[in-house]
Amino acid sequence: MCKNVIKGARDMTDTTFQEETIIRTSGSHNCGGRCIVKAHVKDGRIVRITSDDERPDTDKRPQLRGCLRCRAYRSYLYHEDRLKYPMKRIGKRGEGLFERISWEEALDTIADHTKRIMAEYGPEAIYLSYATGNAGKTSEQVWMRRLLALYGGYLDYYGTYSSACTNAATPYTYGTVNSGSSREDWVNSKLIILMGFNPAATIHGTNTAYYLKKAKEAGAKIICIDPLYSDTAVALADQWIPIRPTTDSALLDAMAYVIITENLQDQVFLDTYCLGFDEDHMPEGIPAGNSYKSYILGTGTDQVPKTPAWAERSTGIPREIIIQLAREYALNKPGALIQGFGPQRHAYGEQPPRSGAALAAMTGNIGIKGGWASGCGSPCRKQYVGSIPINNPCKAAISMYMWPLAIQKGTELGKREGVRGVDKLSANIKLIFNLAGNCLINQHSDTNGTAELLGDENLAQFIVVSDHFLTSSAKFADILLPGDNFMEREDIVLPWSAGDYVLFMNKAVDTVYECRNGYDWIRDLAERLELTAEFTQGKTLEDWLRFIVDETRKENPGFPSYEEFKEKGVYDWEYEEPAIAFKEQIEDPRHHPFPTPSGKIEFFSSRLWELDKPAEVPAIPKYIPAWEGPEDPLRGTYPLQCIGHHTKRRVHSMFDNNDWMEEAEAQVFWISIYDAKKRGIKNGERVCIYNTRGKVILTAKVTPRIMPGVISIPQGGWWSPDKEGTDQRGCINTLTKYQPTPLAFANPQHTNLVEVAKLDQMEAEK
Amino acid sequence: MSKQIAFYVEQKHCMGCSACQIACKDKHNLPLGQNFRQIHAYEGGDFTISGNVVYQNTYAYWIPVSCNHCVDAPCIAVCPSKAIFKRQEDGLVLINEKSCIGCRRCFAVCPYQAPQFDAANGKMKKCDFCQDLLQQGTAPACVSACPMRVLGYGELSELQKKYGDTSWVKGLPNTAKIKPAWVLVPHRDAVDV
Repeated sequence: MCKNVIKGARDMTDTTFQEETIIRTSGSHNCGGRCIVKAHVKDGRIVRITSDDERPDTDKRPQLRGCLRCRAYRSYLYHEDRLKYPMKRIGKRGEGLFERISWEEALDTIADHTKRIMAEYGPEAIYLSYATGNAGKTSEQVWMRRLLALYGGYLDYYGTYSSACTNAATPYTYGTVNSGSSREDWVNSKLIILMGFNPAATIHGTNTAYYLKKAKEAGAKIICIDPLYSDTAVALADQWIPIRPTTDSALLDAMAYVIITENLQDQVFLDTYCLGFDEDHMPEGIPAGNSYKSYILGTGTDQVPKTPAWAERSTGIPREIIIQLAREYALNKPGALIQGFGPQRHAYGEQPPRSGAALAAMTGNIGIKGGWASGCGSPCRKQYVGSIPINNPCKAAISMYMWPLAIQKGTELGKREGVRGVDKLSANIKLIFNLAGNCLINQHSDTNGTAELLGDENLAQFIVVSDHFLTSSAKFADILLPGDNFMEREDIVLPWSAGDYVLFMNKAVDTVYECRNGYDWIRDLAERLELTAEFTQGKTLEDWLRFIVDETRKENPGFPSYEEFKEKGVYDWEYEEPAIAFKEQIEDPRHHPFPTPSGKIEFFSSRLWELDKPAEVPAIPKYIPAWEGPEDPLRGTYPLQCIGHHTKRRVHSMFDNNDWMEEAEAQVFWISIYDAKKRGIKNGERVCIYNTRGKVILTAKVTPRIMPGVISIPQGGWWSPDKEGTDQRGCINTLTKYQPTPLAFANPQHTNLVEVAKLDQMEAEK
Repeated sequence: MSKQIAFYVEQKHCMGCSACQIACKDKHNLPLGQNFRQIHAYEGGDFTISGNVVYQNTYAYWIPVSCNHCVDAPCIAVCPSKAIFKRQEDGLVLINEKSCIGCRRCFAVCPYQAPQFDAANGKMKKCDFCQDLLQQGTAPACVSACPMRVLGYGELSELQKKYGDTSWVKGLPNTAKIKPAWVLVPHRDAVDV
């Protein structure tokens, strides 16, 4: 490993009185926010970071202020551990031993393996793994897709590790994932219920927590339902309702029971817009007893009324609180039941988004000001921004979580396993490009199992990684490439969540060492595949950025010229009013049906019914007790549910090595004062968290801010196994199980049972 | 009363995000271990478990704390080398680095741990309200960084007129005597009901 310090990395000398240039840029890491970042540059070095502090900060358009992550950018950019040269693996795969090589050798090797594997196995053996470390319009990922598409294709994926279940499930109710109104509309809500939604840490659209504050100032009551007393709850909630992970649908079912039995539902709304709420509004040919209402009241197949007393057992929420919550939601209209992504990252994560949408429909909170349709909540208002053309001739796609199976037995995978585009895969994955991502191991489930799989060079024969640091995933590279940093390149970035704007990233400083921009090295790879002309179309990177702007201007003539956009760094779309999801469908249902097969809000989905997997994929939303959930008998051995919450200090695994962040919030796991006391664990003590899949040694934060029976390891710590395989940094995936969910084939990362023990006890047991 | 510049902290909606801390660290080039503005975290309460269900009376809140440029700053009184002084024109409490002998008495007496020892030059350093930015007419780094807009600044008497004169919440040491130049809008759990 090359360890030379980047020039001046720690030389933060006084710079107050010398000339600075201010460059307008942004962060292009995968972040819930997308903010204005201004790099203050002097003598070719960034000396300070500021944010949106000149434009007026108005209610209509609050400044796009960066959070601590971008603010701490210098400590990331000038980190001494940055990858500086291309390298090849010299140890066992995953061991992390590399040797410096030239770019020529690196690209020759990559080209050779690409040619060989394409010739031998075809495009379905080539996989671009899910990677979100660079979310720019012209990221490495984009260029590699473009090149491989031109070369014959690649196996694609769908879904995301963040939101796969809700992305898959919400359309079964609404026909779309775009069930979110503008956040500016929250000031019109009387009640806001945040279910597993913690934008203080996840950001989830720049200013989301700030919009909630505005709503609160306008009089909204805010209730947070979460196993953790989250940062958002501390800052904004009138009430915190702790809930056991994986049981959100049980709570929602019981709320529905209260609403129905107290006759608080908006029956006119249900009769007008919905399918499958009650037996009078079912699709033809479905046997009696399969409506949502029958399920809730226990008059259907299972004969179990979903009473608050029933839900109390699984959720841990006292029945009187469930009753209070149901009444408040039904009687305080308009109300917004907003679901985060945490509740859908579990064994049956497809259920909570549909259960939430059911409640929104029962209370008539859809399509109106101050309401919220629940479910996925992607913004209903979209803007078009041009993209780099990619036309993949290979039509096969897998769920982003299925690649380990596609490595082991791809040719056995077909539609039943969620394969799209083809009936069956024609090859196992042999070549992996993992560009600016850490899902190869760190952010995927079961690190120990995955490491074993990736270690077998007969299975995945060749792995290419590009990154800034030697991350856990990068250790599994055969060829490891040093990527350029956000501050060292130009790009165009969009908010991944809410926000009606687009930002231009200006280059602030030169690229260091032999780090290279994705377009540069992938163009050189194109040359080796004899595709230079097709790949570049004679364009420089700047030409392509101009192309994106030109494409955007075709749809929106008011969009500024390339020069103007680049200079201002930001473009805002102008709207008179906040967007309300499904406004048209509710105001004028005759002319605006919901984009579902029936044109209605589907409590009951015939498409799901036809899948004929009622126990795991019911046609109506149901609470399905999770394996390794609170009702699993395995709790006798592993009594604690373990989840992995997002924290302010990282974006997934990014910035884990930024020491300013460690200072702001150290990597510790949360355990309730109740569970810690039982085990004799003190605050600040290093202890062992374990189950059959692995062991983690980590410092305990003993706190009243997490529900008894639950612990949480902040997700994103870099997996750091010692010689015995015990993780020393707190990568939650050392403990997670690799088991795809039944409909979305998604990651169930918050579904884990574990035990926690003092280190001396672990020693004694050995 | 002479002029006194002061911070405004709408503590009730602080989400503890540390953007202020990092913006300050970046602006002032502070090494690890030194932060002129810090987030102090407080939490407490307990759970009652009854069968399967959980009742809680948890509370938690943060206080973003820097030097509060106290009206009667105790650090000035204890400084043996008269390095710390109160600037007449705006009430800022500043350290004259040349005179500072790094004895850390100011740190010992400050209820907010505001003055910090800089091992690199053996001097004390602390928040100077970003006086260079103030001079340019812009807000201190922490204030313009706050994503929740819970930090502000202004003339103390005016802030007090607008937001009340709370300068103490639960968890902070008793500071009535030294008159810290800040105005707090307390978190619901940081006051006795």
